[in-house]
Amino acid sequence: MPELPTNLKGFAHVYDRAHINTDEIIPARYLNVHEEAELAKYAMEDIDVDFVKRVKPGDFVIAGENFGCGSSREHAIWALRGAGIKVVIAANYSRIFFRNAINNGFLAIECPEALGIVKSGDQLELDLLAGKLRNLSNGQEATFVPISDFARELIEDGGLLPHIQKKAAKAA
Amino acid sequence: MGMTITEKILAAHSGRDSVVPGEIVNAKLDLIVCHDVTTPPAVQMLKKLGINKVFDPSKILVTPDHFVPNKDIKSAELSKQLREWRIEQGIERYYEIGNHGICHAIAPEQGHVLPGQTIVCGDSHTTTMGALGTFSSGVGSTDLAAALATGELWFKVPDSMLFELNGDLPFGVYSKDIILYIISKIGVDGARYKAMEYRGSGLKSLTMEARFTITNMAIEAGGKSGIMPADSIAEDYVKARTSESYTIYNSDEDANYSERFTINLSELEPIVALPDLPSNGRFIGEIKREKMDQVYIGSCTNGRIEDLRIAAQIFKGNKVADGTRAIVVPATTEVWKTAMKEGLLEIFADAGCVVSTATCGACLGGHMGVLGAEEKCLSTTNRNFVGRMGSPKSKVYLASPATAAATAITGTITDPREFLKKTAAAAA
Repeated sequence: MPELPTNLKGFAHVYDRAHINTDEIIPARYLNVHEEAELAKYAMEDIDVDFVKRVKPGDFVIAGENFGCGSSREHAIWALRGAGIKVVIAANYSRIFFRNAINNGFLAIECPEALGIVKSGDQLELDLLAGKLRNLSNGQEATFVPISDFARELIEDGGLLPHIQKKAAKAA
Repeated sequence: MGMTITEKILAAHSGRDSVVPGEIVNAKLDLIVCHDVTTPPAVQMLKKLGINKVFDPSKILVTPDHFVPNKDIKSAELSKQLREWRIEQGIERYYEIGNHGICHAIAPEQGHVLPGQTIVCGDSHTTTMGALGTFSSGVGSTDLAAALATGELWFKVPDSMLFELNGDLPFGVYSKDIILYIISKIGVDGARYKAMEYRGSGLKSLTMEARFTITNMAIEAGGKSGIMPADSIAEDYVKARTSESYTIYNSDEDANYSERFTINLSELEPIVALPDLPSNGRFIGEIKREKMDQVYIGSCTNGRIEDLRIAAQIFKGNKVADGTRAIVVPATTEVWKTAMKEGLLEIFADAGCVVSTATCGACLGGHMGVLGAEEKCLSTTNRNFVGRMGSPKSKVYLASPATAAATAITGTITDPREFLKKTAAAAA
């Protein structure tokens, strides 16, 4: 079972705005497919046309409140992950996006202080167990409530479906 | 401590006597609704895991709705996957093109939604069905896959917010104006994670069709669900469609609400939500009469027969303005047929509107009226985010079908009461 990392490093893409919605993360004109690699080409297109040109595997997205609001499309998670995003750190999330993240074993961290200490291009380090965000570029730190046990179990199992299968196997 | 309707439904479906907000429960599901965009990935996930059978085909309803009739080859493949899967699984509640409809509209219309049920669908507007006293919430494809495989799903019991609706709506003001007003007050995250519960004497004056518009947009305030107690109006609606039995849950007098709001309906006016958030609602008298390139009447929010009747009342004997296009999209085939029989389609056609078959269509920038750069559209749909109906440089204004029809005729944002007064005077 993969343990939650304590020194996850990545570079920041900052969107200092609330209510970044799933129509912006992956516009509906691309929903006629659901393959991650295909969706990845259009990630964040309606908020930042150049995002996919700049993003590197392992990068972080930093944003404001209510990230991922709107449509329930899980394609939003797949597009971000496909583009290389490892973690989203937002002030908070819309519930369906957050749930989709957990169900996919994708890291969505709630840290309202992150926007205050991070600018685009900074290198960040996350300690998921301690709930610490370090900005390696400027030395500043922020804390966040570590992932709940329930979400952690799902993330460690690789998402909701493997988790259910594991539970079913245990029960059998 | 008493419980809210939502808490009672979740307790009853998870084998518990009571639940409190914040608890995580595993709830049994009564209805799972599937459409062409989010279901094919769920089916693919299940196949990958070797799960070849859904838990119970009789509890699943399938209708292609988003990109139908198929807008391109890729969306045709999605519909095809959906069609083949439902045959393979023996799902009988299937609505093919010709009988189809937008899932949140067709499910209650065809008698599949019963008070007290738990319902999920891979779509954020699943909250619509809460108007019949159900716990109804949108999920992503992974949750949908889990629901299809096991017939249950985990939920954090939400806090409930209470919206007490008092008084009667004034002339020319509709349920869309109520929900746009509420969202303008609490914001697009004002109900984040919460159940939005409605009650009060004002509810009595609202038909089921009007109520669905209100619960439909719970998600636009971030809500997990929208819910109304199933009263005699709801029961009449259900009994006209099915003979299946159901359980009605009502909130206790001492139930706990995280917030309470009282709204006097008689003080409302037609509202328009300006770009780019559904919370940008303004009374129509306070905004500029901007020119609209397009007017769109339809969607799971406002594509039911009453919506079309209201629009037709205004379009009758009028023409769509030069320089403006009007598109009418009935939410279901049944709505389309009723509109035909009642002569509404003729009124729309004579006025110069395009009438489409049922589809989610341009509401989400799919097809049937997608916007180009710099174009403005006044729409009866639910979201006006950047690029929602097409180009990221287009702009969407949300309003009621009455406001939409009036706007189509003048070509600029128009108070529907200007036209309704004329109609009323002509009838007198």
